[in-house]
Amino acid sequence: MLSPELGHYALALACILAAAQGILPLIGAQRRDRRVMMLAPGLAVGQLLALLASFLCLVNAAVTDDFSVQNIAANSAVSKPLLYKITGVWGNHEGSILLWALILGICGAAVAAFGRNLPSALRARVIAVLGAVAAGFELFCLTTSDPFARVWPAPMDGQGMNPLLQDPGLAFHPPILYTGYVGFAVPFAFAIAALMEGRVDAAWGRWVRPWAVAAWCFLTCGIALGSWWSYYVLGWGGYWFWDPVENASLIPWLTGTALIHSAIVVEKRESLKIWTVLLAIATFSFSLSGTFLVRSGILNSVHAFANDPARGIFILGLLAVVIGGSLALFAYRAPTLTAGGLFAPVSREGALVLNNILLCSLCAVVVTGTMYPPFMSLLFDRTISVGKPFFDATTIPLAIPLFIFMGFGPMLPWKRAQLWPVLQRLWIAALLAGVAFAVFTFGMSGIPPILCSALAVWVICSSVLDIADRVRLFRMPLSGSLQRARMLPRSIFGTAIAHAGVGITILGLAAMSQAQHKIVEVPVGTTEHLAGYDWTLTDVKQEPGPNYTALVATLEVRHNGKIVTIMHPSKRSFNSQNQTTTEVSIHTNLLADLYGVLGDKHGTDAAPTYVLRLHYNPLAPWMWLGALIMAIGGALSLSDRRMRVGAPRRAKSSSDTVTTA
Amino acid sequence: MTRKTRRLWLVLACVACLGAAAALMLKAFSSDIVFFVTPSQVAASAPPPDRTVRLGGMVVAGSVKREKQGETPIARFDVTDGQAAVTVRYEGILPDLFREGQSVVAVGTMHKDGFVASEVLAKHDETYMPKEVAEALKKSGKWDPRFGPPPSAASWNSMTVQDAKKDLAPAGAPSGAPTAPPTSPASN
Repeated sequence: MLSPELGHYALALACILAAAQGILPLIGAQRRDRRVMMLAPGLAVGQLLALLASFLCLVNAAVTDDFSVQNIAANSAVSKPLLYKITGVWGNHEGSILLWALILGICGAAVAAFGRNLPSALRARVIAVLGAVAAGFELFCLTTSDPFARVWPAPMDGQGMNPLLQDPGLAFHPPILYTGYVGFAVPFAFAIAALMEGRVDAAWGRWVRPWAVAAWCFLTCGIALGSWWSYYVLGWGGYWFWDPVENASLIPWLTGTALIHSAIVVEKRESLKIWTVLLAIATFSFSLSGTFLVRSGILNSVHAFANDPARGIFILGLLAVVIGGSLALFAYRAPTLTAGGLFAPVSREGALVLNNILLCSLCAVVVTGTMYPPFMSLLFDRTISVGKPFFDATTIPLAIPLFIFMGFGPMLPWKRAQLWPVLQRLWIAALLAGVAFAVFTFGMSGIPPILCSALAVWVICSSVLDIADRVRLFRMPLSGSLQRARMLPRSIFGTAIAHAGVGITILGLAAMSQAQHKIVEVPVGTTEHLAGYDWTLTDVKQEPGPNYTALVATLEVRHNGKIVTIMHPSKRSFNSQNQTTTEVSIHTNLLADLYGVLGDKHGTDAAPTYVLRLHYNPLAPWMWLGALIMAIGGALSLSDRRMRVGAPRRAKSSSDTVTTA
Repeated sequence: MTRKTRRLWLVLACVACLGAAAALMLKAFSSDIVFFVTPSQVAASAPPPDRTVRLGGMVVAGSVKREKQGETPIARFDVTDGQAAVTVRYEGILPDLFREGQSVVAVGTMHKDGFVASEVLAKHDETYMPKEVAEALKKSGKWDPRFGPPPSAASWNSMTVQDAKKDLAPAGAPSGAPTAPPTSPASN
């Protein structure tokens, strides 16, 4: 019933519905024809249903081991566990494009469902832009990367999936990351619709911000999950490799962070409108080019799927249309957007502008570092690479002022402010940061980590102080403070929590630069000493798994004679692909990770020795915990009732558009 | 505060930040860029010992030797692009996908007695050859991708028209000397 042909048909249907969704509502909005405009939500939901059907067909083919589908034959195998049969659907190029389109479809339907309070013309245009983008990618999927292509004769068994990808972390990393990437299509669509209408106002800012914040939360989680995966799967003890794919997710995150901040200024002060529209366009453009340039193999990366010139050309064409078209529209329409309220350099707006400038400088640095090597090899035929030293030397000095301003920015009043009173309120945070600096100077090595961790303390303390100050903690009875806390908008808490999350991540990153490790080759029974722990290799044995055999070590870790944990790092040999993977064993107490890796077996069978790598990673979990806290902060401000039920009425304007019914 | 002065402040802030970013990048470009080198380039002119480079090529079959210094495991292997071979010394665990006769990238510095790698990279996908290695192999004339998979790395140091017809022994000691002009597999 759910045959691949049905899936293919549903995909083609979705593509046609998306094309209709991209054209009809625009015509309706232009002619102010409400009946045509009202087609938009229906088409968006229809497209989503067709995509869902198509996706289910592919999942069904994967689960039932239909190896007559080329995509399944190339990436699955009978022996693969069920979970990875399902998640393996998006573990390859064709499937991931389909997932991408599906999420875009969900975004379109979400705007249709939650956008009831939008003016109907704006809603029609937003849905139309989403439809047009979706049509492009579904066409790409159909013409150059058909996930349902059949292969004849069908093989008895598939080629199996790369064992590295058979991991729960990686199974769910792509959908979350893609939701982040694709989610920025909604602010993009809002920006394009606003440019078409020729007006951006406070109401627009209020409509667009929840979408941007939601996408940002997903992107934050997706990046953190990817980083965590590489930490515990790749077994190098590293968490971020400045690989082009990782950078491709970081770049839209940086501009997206700038966007959610500048949208506040649009909403509150009707200022920075042109800039915010540009940021919305830039963020989605970076998401698009990030995913597709990398996936198409134009950037050399470990994540690249198979290379195919036809795909590359289609993608370049699509990117040129989407990015070039939107920038052209921007250039044509931006001058008609009127400038908004005035503000002094020292003010909340000023701080947010500074945040934007610094984030965009960071973004420029990462873009240059990522794009420079391919351009050098293309233009000058020189193969170079930039890595951690380059990015450390360029990003840290730019991030430091960002952290400083993050501390007091949220406390500055709008329009014009005095710096001194704000700093007076933050003297405790400054004092604690100073103490932290002094303490870290003795405990850590290297100036950037010490400075960054002191600033992280500053950011965390000032976020806490901001809330304490707003609820007048200890300056009035506790019950009064609680009452005030209840009255405080949730977005204030969201800001403080997200900023504290940044501080926690920075502390983790800085502490990780102090990680210790040791590589040894020892027989069973040896004890190693690292970071005050005694690591004893007590046993190594062979164990069978579902589709692999594993060499499992037993590692007892003691601290001052007391046993802390027993770890079982292992090495798996997969039968189907003649591959081995390293299974790291990690013990965490949230303040530090003990990280053990089992390497090769050497020596004779009578007296074998094993290569072990032992890591002591202080505060490692904080890096991802901080990211999670950032996302929680974002989610909390999403739940602010001002974001949900604001149903902002638009101020009357001379060139009036069709108003809501 | 008028519009003009505000604009001035904005422009000043932008210029300051982007200027700082540009200065940082230029500084980092002059010191932190890692160049890709092939074994034959190393043989022709070795990079200075304080310069980190990425050495890419194929691991010569039969060249991997493992030893221990105290408890530290050390791996030595030869990396070749068909023209020359360089011995790499690496302390640590070789990646799961590291294989003799397959492509590898070693990140490290060149010393008098060989290349000391701080990191050895083998790609995630077994069938995937790093672009830079593939380019280097094509340039050296040892491999034309149109004619199938790359030949075994063992054969490269001695691969000439005559030798290719014989049964090839694994390449001997890494001489580092360029061999006879290469012939592409196509002409055989």
